[in-house]
Amino acid sequence: MLGWEFPPFISGGLGTACYGLTKAMNQLGIHVTFVLPKVVDEQYATHVNLLNPNSYNVPPSLRINELQNVEFHTLDSPLEPYTTPDTYQQRIEETIRRKQLLHGGACGSQFFVKSDYGNDMYSEVHRYAALCVELAKQQDIDIVHAHDWMTYPAGIAVAAITGKPLVVHVHSTEFDRSGEHVNQMIYDIERQGMTRADKIIAVSHFTRSIIISRYGISGDKVEVVHNGVDRNGTTDWTLEDAGIRNDEKIVLFLGRITMQKGPEYFLYAARKVLEVMPNVKFVMAGSGDMMHRTIELAAELGIGHKVLFTGFLRGPDVQKIYKMADLYVMPSVSEPFGIAPLEALDHDVPVIISKQSGVSEVLIHALKVDFWDVDEIANKVVAVLKYPPLEMTLKSHGSFEVRKLRWKDSARKCAKIYEEMLVPV
Amino acid sequence: MPSVCFYFQVHQPIRLRHYTVFEDSPQYFDDFKNGSVCKKVANKCYLPANRLILDLIRKFDGRFKVAYSLTGVLLEQLQHYCPEVMSTFDALAETGCVEFLGETYYHSLSFLYSRNEFVEQIHKHTELIKGLFGYTPKVFRNTELIYNNELATLIEAMGQFDGIITEGADHILGHRSPDFLYQPRNCNHLKLLLKNYSLSDDIAFRFSNRDWPEWPLTAEKFARWVSDVNGNGNVVNLFMDYETFGEHQWEDTGIFNFVRHLPEKILAHPDNDFKTPSEVVRSFAPVDTVNVPHVISWADTERDLSAWLGNAMQSNAIHELYRLERKIKKTNNAKLISDWRRLQASDHFYYMCTKYFADGDVHKYFNPYDSPYDSYINFMNVLDNLQSRCSEPTNGGMLGELPNETIQTDLQLA
Repeated sequence: MLGWEFPPFISGGLGTACYGLTKAMNQLGIHVTFVLPKVVDEQYATHVNLLNPNSYNVPPSLRINELQNVEFHTLDSPLEPYTTPDTYQQRIEETIRRKQLLHGGACGSQFFVKSDYGNDMYSEVHRYAALCVELAKQQDIDIVHAHDWMTYPAGIAVAAITGKPLVVHVHSTEFDRSGEHVNQMIYDIERQGMTRADKIIAVSHFTRSIIISRYGISGDKVEVVHNGVDRNGTTDWTLEDAGIRNDEKIVLFLGRITMQKGPEYFLYAARKVLEVMPNVKFVMAGSGDMMHRTIELAAELGIGHKVLFTGFLRGPDVQKIYKMADLYVMPSVSEPFGIAPLEALDHDVPVIISKQSGVSEVLIHALKVDFWDVDEIANKVVAVLKYPPLEMTLKSHGSFEVRKLRWKDSARKCAKIYEEMLVPV
Repeated sequence: MPSVCFYFQVHQPIRLRHYTVFEDSPQYFDDFKNGSVCKKVANKCYLPANRLILDLIRKFDGRFKVAYSLTGVLLEQLQHYCPEVMSTFDALAETGCVEFLGETYYHSLSFLYSRNEFVEQIHKHTELIKGLFGYTPKVFRNTELIYNNELATLIEAMGQFDGIITEGADHILGHRSPDFLYQPRNCNHLKLLLKNYSLSDDIAFRFSNRDWPEWPLTAEKFARWVSDVNGNGNVVNLFMDYETFGEHQWEDTGIFNFVRHLPEKILAHPDNDFKTPSEVVRSFAPVDTVNVPHVISWADTERDLSAWLGNAMQSNAIHELYRLERKIKKTNNAKLISDWRRLQASDHFYYMCTKYFADGDVHKYFNPYDSPYDSYINFMNVLDNLQSRCSEPTNGGMLGELPNETIQTDLQLA
């Protein structure tokens, strides 16, 4: 399996999805070799465990007892999900500069260091592919399973070398991330991956239809496997953890603050809510390229004092924020799946989700809105905060419903797809 | 000699428009939608079915008879949107072979929440039927066939009615058959007619179901089943929504042809006939008393109130609604009172049902909302505005904040 990120190295839903899926596959007895690029720059990737860049060893934190059938390989590569070629360029230059400082310029000629990495994201993706091919030669594999576009070239190469079938797993497409302003290079890689794949797994029907209509892929090849959620240890918490709660209601946005996630709709709705309900705080947890613009927008709308920005949250902080929240809102413009609402429900937080999301295909006990319908988002936010029986019913039915969406079922569906591919027709 | 007693429920709620918390207009109802639904159902069901029933009554020269229960909110809408349907009901009334039943004007659950309001709505409905058809209803049916001993006692005490109708639920009958006339417990005058749900549902629900072993159902076959009751029953009560004909079962299922041939096949057996509920009450003596301490209804397999009051949202919404009664009536404002009463239609609470939501079945078909949550939000926003229109400030705190005990005791109380 070729991936980008894996807990604790996560910045979004992809790592969570890979973790959940491989964990469940592990329980089904499927042996998974998981290869992921590892970022080396501490400053830009504090969530990455730094190891000797030349090591193929498993990082200690990844030796998880419950994943006995999963073997991890990290490759030295600054690839990180959700980056654009521009930010990649900045990062690579920063890394080189820091290395030069570190080595005091001695023996570390600029050219030598630079040759370690691809000069741009495009060549890095291919360098990762080349490393994967080397690795694959030493492995006995049956299926190549590549998660999202950065690993597609690697997937194609490994499949070609080993002669094994290729599955590409689409967690997100360029159209979700960039709207109509797609990056042609990424689009081409995505399309090539989908074309060359023997099977495509889409995380929702929503994504499946994008794959068919925007990438020209035949529908026969595209299967839908919805994501799941793992019940967190909600019992671990004590009431003191929630001691921060006061008489103000808390409405939560949790996700990357990017165009795709619709942060501005959250703020427009917040302003409408505050017109009729003053005792509400809006918390925006996450970071992203629209962060500054979003903070400015909150100020422009005159609700700066009612909106809190927490930055990127990890593990225990995420749990804490869910515990504090009265309501979770996901106004995504285009969301292939959206695991966060499931996590919110898992923490007994009712959710309002955009109809333009994959998760709305599997959730019934959630309030659904069009992301652009700010009035309706506000209407529903007020309703949840104002009418306790609504919150009560959403919570009780929602937490019951979310228990049925297990990674195990997703893994079973993948396993079934594998089996069908391995049976000679 | 089984008599066949048909009663058709005819009702359309007055649906709410999309109403957000940010609005303060006192226009709550979706005139366009209500008008278009009325016209659609009129064309698919009310007009063709009325014409067919009228033809059959004329053809069999008074030997074919039926009963209708028309809600006040339906008649209001028909007068407004489809007056042509009204004239066909007039024509039916003039044949003398059609009985009109009494019920609550607003198709409400008021019996469970306010006895005063309940009785007022029955009177209002009686006045309407009297005014339109010159006929005073003598047999009562409560909304959704909701029934218990107390209801029967109350209806008997009103003095207007000779009979009352409810579901022939297995758990109230035990080994007994619904095909006899019964007496409600603690009643001396009032008689009880029970729906034969098996034969009724063969028409209302199973008629077009191709997985049903008896499909296709012919008039001949059905008449044979009815005649089989001979010797073990006096009356077969076939109670169903009128929209069964042409709306729930579309015309192309053959439902109209089935009805067209049914009287002929039923009457082919010399022991069979058709009776209206009042005639049934006059013709037979009750064979036993039926004890119904707990509330029953005709809904779903549970035959209880859970379709309208099964979750916290439904319970909360209806409590808040009836809590306004005194305040609303004090205003003496006819528009305000009428708005409040229109919100009482059981349909509004049915839309909030989460019971079968996941299965996307019959509940969904009748639901104008995407989800029960949307319907609750809309209803509460309207109610909030209605409350603000009463001059007096509320003395119960914010809407929705109901003491827990009230929510819990709701179903038992009912």
